[in-house]
Amino acid sequence: MANTPKIIVVGGGLAGLAAVIKIAEMGGNVDLFSIVPVKRSHSVCAQGGINAAKNLKGEGDSTAQHLDDTIYGGDFLANQPPVKGMCDAAPGIIDLLDRMGVPFNRTPEGLLDFRRFGGTLHHRTAFAGATTGQQLLYALDEQVRRYEAEGKVKKYEHWEFLSAVLDSQHVCRGICAMDLRSMEVRTFPADAIIMATGGNGAIFGKSTNSVVCTGSAQSALYQQGAYYANGEFIQVHPTCIPGEDKLRLMSESARGEGGRVWVPKTPGDKRDPKSIPQNERWYFLEEWYPKYGNLVPRDVATRAIFKVVFEHNLGIDGKPMVYLDLTHIDRKTLDRKLEGILEIYEKFVGDDPRDTPMKIFPGMHYTMGGLWVDYNQQTNIPGIYAAGECEYQYHGANRLGANSLVSCIYGGFTAGPNAVRYAKNLQAAPSNGHFEAEKKRQEENNALLVSNQGDENPFRLWRELGELMTKNCTVIRYNKNLKETDAELVKLLERFRKVNLSDRTQWANTSVVFARQLYNMLQLSRVIAQGAGMRDESRGAHYKPDFPDRDDKNWLKTTKATFAPDADEPRFEFEPVDVSLIPPRPRKYDAAK
Amino acid sequence: MADKKVLFKIKRQASPSAEPVWEEFELNWHPGMNVISSLMEIAANPQTKDGKTTAPVTYDSNCLEEVCGSCAMLINGRARMACSALIDKLEQPIRIEPLSKFPVVRDLAVDRSVLFENLKAVKAWVPVDGTYDLGSGPRQSMQNQEMTYPLSRCISCCCCMEVCPQFNEDTGFVGAAAISQVRLFNAHPTGAALKQDRLAALMGDGGIQECGYAQNCVEICPKDIPLTQSISQVAGDVMKQAITDLFRK
Repeated sequence: MANTPKIIVVGGGLAGLAAVIKIAEMGGNVDLFSIVPVKRSHSVCAQGGINAAKNLKGEGDSTAQHLDDTIYGGDFLANQPPVKGMCDAAPGIIDLLDRMGVPFNRTPEGLLDFRRFGGTLHHRTAFAGATTGQQLLYALDEQVRRYEAEGKVKKYEHWEFLSAVLDSQHVCRGICAMDLRSMEVRTFPADAIIMATGGNGAIFGKSTNSVVCTGSAQSALYQQGAYYANGEFIQVHPTCIPGEDKLRLMSESARGEGGRVWVPKTPGDKRDPKSIPQNERWYFLEEWYPKYGNLVPRDVATRAIFKVVFEHNLGIDGKPMVYLDLTHIDRKTLDRKLEGILEIYEKFVGDDPRDTPMKIFPGMHYTMGGLWVDYNQQTNIPGIYAAGECEYQYHGANRLGANSLVSCIYGGFTAGPNAVRYAKNLQAAPSNGHFEAEKKRQEENNALLVSNQGDENPFRLWRELGELMTKNCTVIRYNKNLKETDAELVKLLERFRKVNLSDRTQWANTSVVFARQLYNMLQLSRVIAQGAGMRDESRGAHYKPDFPDRDDKNWLKTTKATFAPDADEPRFEFEPVDVSLIPPRPRKYDAAK
Repeated sequence: MADKKVLFKIKRQASPSAEPVWEEFELNWHPGMNVISSLMEIAANPQTKDGKTTAPVTYDSNCLEEVCGSCAMLINGRARMACSALIDKLEQPIRIEPLSKFPVVRDLAVDRSVLFENLKAVKAWVPVDGTYDLGSGPRQSMQNQEMTYPLSRCISCCCCMEVCPQFNEDTGFVGAAAISQVRLFNAHPTGAALKQDRLAALMGDGGIQECGYAQNCVEICPKDIPLTQSISQVAGDVMKQAITDLFRK
């Protein structure tokens, strides 16, 4: 083994960059692959903040309390020791980000300010305006640029991961990737690789996710033998701005700073919202959940909005929308703490949310599920690690707001050093033939796509996929519909074989790239639909009216999907959850815990 | 209203060396359209107005909420983010072209790596000792945070460089975005350790002296960053540094 380990990191969001920094600091060499320039990664979209129990507000907050809120919020599905590790590390991570220059909001004394977020009664969320993810990503991007200038990191931007290169013992020896400009397919050797490829929102068509969040890389690894865990747990964020091209997030911080959700009590009330008197408004979250009010966890708020809109028929003007109201808060405070998100609403809707209540509706936001990893962030394939949203470890059945940024950085900080340690003990590969074989396999895939003669447009197939998955695999799930969904997915996979690309060129061909992603999305969708079908209970974001209660006796288990190549579909097994620190108890937000 | 149409003229270029050509597209109007959602629709039905099958348009995009900086292009001649360019607010036919001062990759996608190279040259980072636990960062006033945060919201879209008359191959001008980042990092208590290096990087050819104060940058910036303020302040610092250097020699 060479003295300087060579690690490949795939993905340049928070988790990937965190891993890169640790590896470079330990003296390792990194090749960093990203579809977009890393500064444009999806982490920039995180708005509200990052959780750490710094206890700077005299509330007696503690990392133990952060752990309990996270486990309880996740409905006891997360393995508890890694979550404890994350909560214990969080205050140090905030300090580090502060030292790196993140412009966190300050108190008059010059200390970090903290705001409230969902699923906790403490001020635990540090924030930089309402663009915290952007600010955190930039801080890590700057440190990586520093290592790049020192020659310790080489970036491959505008490259897409296609697959891992596995040797005859099924040990990872590198990756196969494609230059998105020249379309060249190439293999890159490495002692270990870290996947940090984010979420899979594109499976649902429109979501709050960025364009690159297709889950394609995770799916490719799943098809190569990696376990995919808890795929059925999909977070639908209660407050999004419906749009033509995507659902834009309206951060939970709006409610953390005092925003209130309501609908007019009269169905189809056409009055200007501001002229509707208080006693004719229904603040349903505050009424149903007096202790947490508007700051119940996202799954709870989302189901409440669905109930009000679809069962009580009280959506604004009869449409699927409710008000999120900030107009009672003074403009200066709003600008200082929330400007970034208010600006998004203004630019994309055209109304000023300082003057008029926002119209919002739930939208697909986050996957709690992802690549299965052990407590060292290693997948079941030796040499492949994963960190960030692409893995499943920290959020159980529902993620609390402002825990994603901390889980990304903690996951990257854990994966990086573990990958270096692994690399230092790695034995040489039995042979090198697998590199050429993998490259050939991927080139053949591309050639097939470019020459295929059929009548299906990949972008149209994708729309159908998104509508299907959003309809049946998000907020409310029925076994009959899930079964039909899987059957429809099989049909879509059949139709994919007839895909016809109107672009057959060999330069910056986005159709080829998208078609590849679509195939992987379709395969991963079956994991989500079938996993949801099996789990006959309701837990966190997974809700079945026919099985309305949590069933710990049968389902306090991690779902693990593996790909069966011969049958071309997933197989499932289940693993007990590590509840060694906090015994499971019922989860109720209508009273204090 | 059912047959209301939206007309686009899009400048296409198959490769960096190919000749550009214009193609026209016509879409059915519906509420809430923006330029990116329109390009997505074209991809789902890649036909020109005359019914000719063509390739989906290549363009950069990612977040679609004007925070990643990917989708800058010229829309009706103006450099702006395509995701926030709402169709109902644009005059038709809507002309879409790639940014003109960066090498075209294909169609509307351009190569803006020059900005990231410039950020390297001006050492746009805080030189922390390491990532191990060293306690909390330096205290900072609310006022300082309120000054630096807007500077830190730069999305590297490069619109400020596109509209700058001085940003061209002759001058090699570094551009407003990188200069504003110098101001940001010099204002950080720890970041200030590299202040001299940063100012030195802005001296001479292609440095801050190239700025002609046209003020186009501040006018075009989608994030309303006070770029001309940054340029004046950093220019003053560079001048002071140059004089100090002179007396040290």
